[in-house]
Amino acid sequence: MNALFEYLVRLGDDSLIIGHRLSEWCGHGPILEEDIAMTNLSLDFIGQATSFLKYAGEVEGKGRTEDDLAYLRFDRDYRNLLLVEQPNGDFGMTIVRQFLFDAYRKLLFERLIHSKDETIAAIAAKSLKETKYHLKHSSEWVIRLGDGTEESHQRVQDSLDTLWRYTSELFYADEVDEKLVKDGVIPSMEGLESAWKASVNEVLAEATLKVPDNNWKHEGGRKGMHSEHLGYILAELQYMQRAYPGLEW
Amino acid sequence: MANKEWPLWEVFIRSKQGLNHKHVGSLRAADADMAIENARDVYTRRSEGVSIWVVASNNVFASNPGDADSLYEPSDSKIYRHPTFYEVPDGIEHM
Amino acid sequence: MKELDIATLQKRFQEKIDNDIKIEPRDWMPDDYRKTLIRQISQHAHSEVVGMLPEGNWITRAPNLRRKAVLLAKVQDEAGHGLYLYSAAETLGADREETIDDLHSGVAKYSSIFNYPTVSWADMGAIGWLVDGAAIMNQVPLCRCSYGPYARAMVRVCKEESFHQRQGFEIMTTLANGSPEQKAMAQDALNRFWWPSLMMFGPNDAESKHTEQSMRWKIKRHTNDELRQMFVDATVPQAELIGLTVPDKDLKWNEETGHYDFGEINWDEFWEVVKGNGPCNKDRIDTRRKAKENGAWVREAANAYAEKRNKRKAS
Repeated sequence: MNALFEYLVRLGDDSLIIGHRLSEWCGHGPILEEDIAMTNLSLDFIGQATSFLKYAGEVEGKGRTEDDLAYLRFDRDYRNLLLVEQPNGDFGMTIVRQFLFDAYRKLLFERLIHSKDETIAAIAAKSLKETKYHLKHSSEWVIRLGDGTEESHQRVQDSLDTLWRYTSELFYADEVDEKLVKDGVIPSMEGLESAWKASVNEVLAEATLKVPDNNWKHEGGRKGMHSEHLGYILAELQYMQRAYPGLEW
Repeated sequence: MANKEWPLWEVFIRSKQGLNHKHVGSLRAADADMAIENARDVYTRRSEGVSIWVVASNNVFASNPGDADSLYEPSDSKIYRHPTFYEVPDGIEHM
Repeated sequence: MKELDIATLQKRFQEKIDNDIKIEPRDWMPDDYRKTLIRQISQHAHSEVVGMLPEGNWITRAPNLRRKAVLLAKVQDEAGHGLYLYSAAETLGADREETIDDLHSGVAKYSSIFNYPTVSWADMGAIGWLVDGAAIMNQVPLCRCSYGPYARAMVRVCKEESFHQRQGFEIMTTLANGSPEQKAMAQDALNRFWWPSLMMFGPNDAESKHTEQSMRWKIKRHTNDELRQMFVDATVPQAELIGLTVPDKDLKWNEETGHYDFGEINWDEFWEVVKGNGPCNKDRIDTRRKAKENGAWVREAANAYAEKRNKRKAS
């Protein structure tokens, strides 16, 4: 197994799938301004996915392009977190999903900018700028909705309770991570989880939301075992490439 | 208040360092933070700005267009405010 | 300052227009001028926002990452353009929410082209090429419209839209040069979108009740038929260039006039779609209404939070 390839696909797939989910909002946002904002997020993620998957293809050395990787793998070969494939739900669900993910991504990229792999460091540096803005946006919304009306509070608390079970996977690490850390390709991720908890708890407290005590772990995405939702995402994502194989668009 | 529309904000963008902020339009936002972020997303999608101001539209006080004559016309006669009013001897190129 | 009578105000107003001096929000203007503008600008805004839906339909199915990003950016631009236009309408006292409610209740209209379904990827090409092409014909002259905020919004819109038509034509070109099934897909999209695109310019001049007054006020700079002819003249050679056939057996170059002659538009279809009986009218409005209803608790929460925060600051 090529650990670097595997790692890049994990990063790329997270961006690809959450970008896809966000793009489903286009035209359906709660107000025009927010519709535009969510599309901006989505565009950032599609850009990140393109960069990571392109590099993954190069590292693999089999001539696969970013599009081959994004569009022509089977479900078991996608390596994204279960969190990012969860359905949009209402706007609050989307915001909570985004917030939990952004908080993780910011800390992750803050480390990856120190990667000895120059390409990873460069993609991380660009992505970090975007992620800081994403996190600001999602944190502010979590606070507004949490500390807004009774209804909004209840809705986001429910979303948080629903999504919390997918957060332990954010810190999933296996032989892939071990090898890359050992080889000095990526820095150690020690302390990532506690830093994430601290930053998430701070926002949740301001939002008057309760940190769920459900510690059940749902994991599998990093190894290609997904929830039922991914299949439907891929059915749409891959439709054209599967229906008309091998054509230029 | 159930369905109260978000307030209107006027947006001003500094397109690059060294220029004034310029009015570009308006948008709706519940608070100033949101107005700034929305302004970024709406009015600077093509890197049109380096700095954003938002002002709640109900805080903008405007002159009455009917008074335009008395507000602006008098300065038309103050030609001494313009450099071309003054004669500069030949041989001096930049002043 | 002495009171001016209406007749004098009217005369001064028309003099300004005749001298190409822009009208600004707080200037005196005839009620009908204001009403006409509000109607036109909000229709235009609604068209941008409803227009997001037929293309939005293909975002999750775009065939590669580049196309997906481009399509997403384009649909997002349409949201932005809707917003610029609502913002211009607000300078005339047309509250955005009320304007949108008029759309949802069917009182306000929007461009009828968006009531046609997008059933293949090639429709993304046809819409960019034909629909945005037609829109640009309409919009470029509006940059010189007599009402300042509308003209300025249109300058922004036109600047940003320059890539929209190109990306559409690029899709069509790729398909037309592609496999037989791709070429067929492109031709099929042209067949379905050609006539509705010609309808976008509105009824024939003889039938258009607003045109004359709007031209005198310089809200409009060309008649519907003039714009339609410009569009046909510009588009037919483009279709020929990429080897697609415009679905009009009466289409031919007229040496004498220096324009293309083209067939009769099916105006019954046009009026049916305007009345709400197009293939997607109900879907489009239901979708927009649902987005608004589903967002009500979000907007309300943001208001409640802003109020709480202001109170905390004050105390």
